[in-house]
Amino acid sequence: MVSLKEIVKKERKLSPGHRLCPGCGASVVANMILWATDDPVVIGIATGCLEVSTTIYPQTAWEIPYIHSAFENAASTISGVETAYRALKKKGKIKENIKFVAFGGDGGTYDIGLQALSGAMERGHNMVYVCYDNEAYMNTGIQRSSATPLGASTTTSPAGSVIPGKLQKRKDLTYIMTAHKIPYVAQGSISHWRDLVKKASKAFEVDGPAFLNVLSPCPRGWRYDSKLTINIAKEAVTSNFWPLYEVENDNWKLTYKPKEKTPIENWLKKQGRFKHLFKPENTHIIDEIQNYIDNDWENLLKKCGLQS
Amino acid sequence: MVKKHVEVGTTAVAMAMRQINPDVVAAYPITPQTAIVQTFSQYVADGKVNTEFITVESEHSAMSACVGAAAAGTRVMTATSSAGLALMWEILSVASGLRMPITMINVNRALSAPINIHCDHSDSMGARDSGWIQIYSENSQEAYDNVIQAVRIAESEEVRLPVMVMLDGFIISHGIEEFKTLEDDEVRNFIGENKPKYSLLDIREPVTHGPLQLFDYYFETKRQQADAIYKSRSVIEEVSRQYEKLSGRSQPIIEKYFTDDAELMIIVLSSTAGTAKSVVNELRKDGLKVGLIKPRLFRPFPYFELAEALKNVKAVAVLDRSCSFGAQGGPLYIEIRSALYELVQKPLIKNYIYGLGGRDISLENIRSVYSDLEKIVKTGRVEKPVSYLGVRK
Repeated sequence: MVSLKEIVKKERKLSPGHRLCPGCGASVVANMILWATDDPVVIGIATGCLEVSTTIYPQTAWEIPYIHSAFENAASTISGVETAYRALKKKGKIKENIKFVAFGGDGGTYDIGLQALSGAMERGHNMVYVCYDNEAYMNTGIQRSSATPLGASTTTSPAGSVIPGKLQKRKDLTYIMTAHKIPYVAQGSISHWRDLVKKASKAFEVDGPAFLNVLSPCPRGWRYDSKLTINIAKEAVTSNFWPLYEVENDNWKLTYKPKEKTPIENWLKKQGRFKHLFKPENTHIIDEIQNYIDNDWENLLKKCGLQS
Repeated sequence: MVKKHVEVGTTAVAMAMRQINPDVVAAYPITPQTAIVQTFSQYVADGKVNTEFITVESEHSAMSACVGAAAAGTRVMTATSSAGLALMWEILSVASGLRMPITMINVNRALSAPINIHCDHSDSMGARDSGWIQIYSENSQEAYDNVIQAVRIAESEEVRLPVMVMLDGFIISHGIEEFKTLEDDEVRNFIGENKPKYSLLDIREPVTHGPLQLFDYYFETKRQQADAIYKSRSVIEEVSRQYEKLSGRSQPIIEKYFTDDAELMIIVLSSTAGTAKSVVNELRKDGLKVGLIKPRLFRPFPYFELAEALKNVKAVAVLDRSCSFGAQGGPLYIEIRSALYELVQKPLIKNYIYGLGGRDISLENIRSVYSDLEKIVKTGRVEKPVSYLGVRK
């Protein structure tokens, strides 16, 4: 069982004093994931907020070995590191058990890095890939990604007088990753930290690749007050927008079921990126979003062998 | 004991890789490099090496995995061609910028479009400013020798840069030639143990690789990198000297063929040098003072050596197997012309673009170049500084 008392005693892997924005979900994601193992960890990060804000030379916020190479190749870079480890271990040059983790935002994971991720997972490297999904290219100034939800206004899918924000649904990356038939795939949220740390711990323990998709609210991009990050993350879960589940060796399991589903409208209302949806001519999009969520939820329940 | 083989060039390269026995290879197959990856895979499958082979899903991931594995302190190799090298482009400069001693074989092939699988140097010439040391091989023997030396050069304490070894696609990669190999032990003793620095797997001394450097530090880092590749010249020469002692084969930075009294000189890279040598032999019998220079290194560029070798020459023809579109000539020509600038008495110089997309370069083509040079010397001027050799009008 994960306990806060134990967690606070753990050695720090990401130091405070990094330059991520107040209220940013990314460092919370990173800390929660890294709490989940007591083994030494080597981390690789894709170009993005978490990378630029933690390694501004000559400083680094990382207390563990770290590598950044480029935007789209965190998975392939870490697959090289993990393979090097196996090569040296085989020769008896390394004794320790080391864990390998790659972090990427939704840009580096859903979009430009999808191929490298898919390749690394298929090859079966013993690594954990974590996507901190803040639903747009936040590091370059809030441009839409394939993780940006329907209707959201971003700087490349702006809400205008003719077009009401992003016209497409978000990609279901977690589902794509389950199709890789890897030992462990899960979706988590920083609002449900116990659930997330438990999932990360499973991800580190399985023999082979694991993928975690973690919703990472962004006050700047989502347009909400930075103190609300955890609340926003929580309501994404209770509205079934971001269900918490895991797929272990093809076995689907819902890890949290909201007692009462909260309407998506309430969640959208709290974020400036959806403001335009509340104009009378756009409210039908809110209904559309609600329909998508309900439909996806029903499908998920079926996969988990549950009834609504 | 010297072993002789009669095999295709890709086998010579794969044999060198087997003897090097790198910790990690990450590679993606592409024509004409494919046979290197296949032959090496068989070595892995048969336990002839204890390499971990990462069968990546692209060349971009091949180079990315090489960077990761090198940062983790292992000896790493890869091989590619053409589009594969182009796809790696972004990570080539990451590899050199992070000072990763990776050895890569590039089997030269034309870039698309139009798609073409045959030899020219547009792939590696496109990567000439990526911060990699670039070594060109004339034949299978040189490819074998260069691959082994590349490992030593890359990992040298003073260098710590990636090295790219070129051989001509199909002409050498698929041509059957005789070459000699060293004993496995000789190769392993020559390259020695890899001594990693700042390994990611050193968990007691955690290091951050690849931090963000802006206007306050980036410039100094790049300056150090420029110094490192400049200084690699002496390391390359020293490694070649030691390799010569071992193998009996001399591989200077520039190979000079009948240059002492030569008045007319051709400068060309790789396999075409072989063709040109036989024309030199022929014309020398006729009493013509012709010579040939084959640079082995393109990066760092051997400009001192070339200027020195050309100072008493009357006319020079530089043969480029790639086009630098919109430039004053091909990449080799531009560099050589610049190398001559300091000379008080400069030779006349002409550039030929030849052999694009594998267009054959014949003895007759080379003869015509020497005959052009004769005319240039007679008239004292170069009418057309850049022309095309062997192209239809």
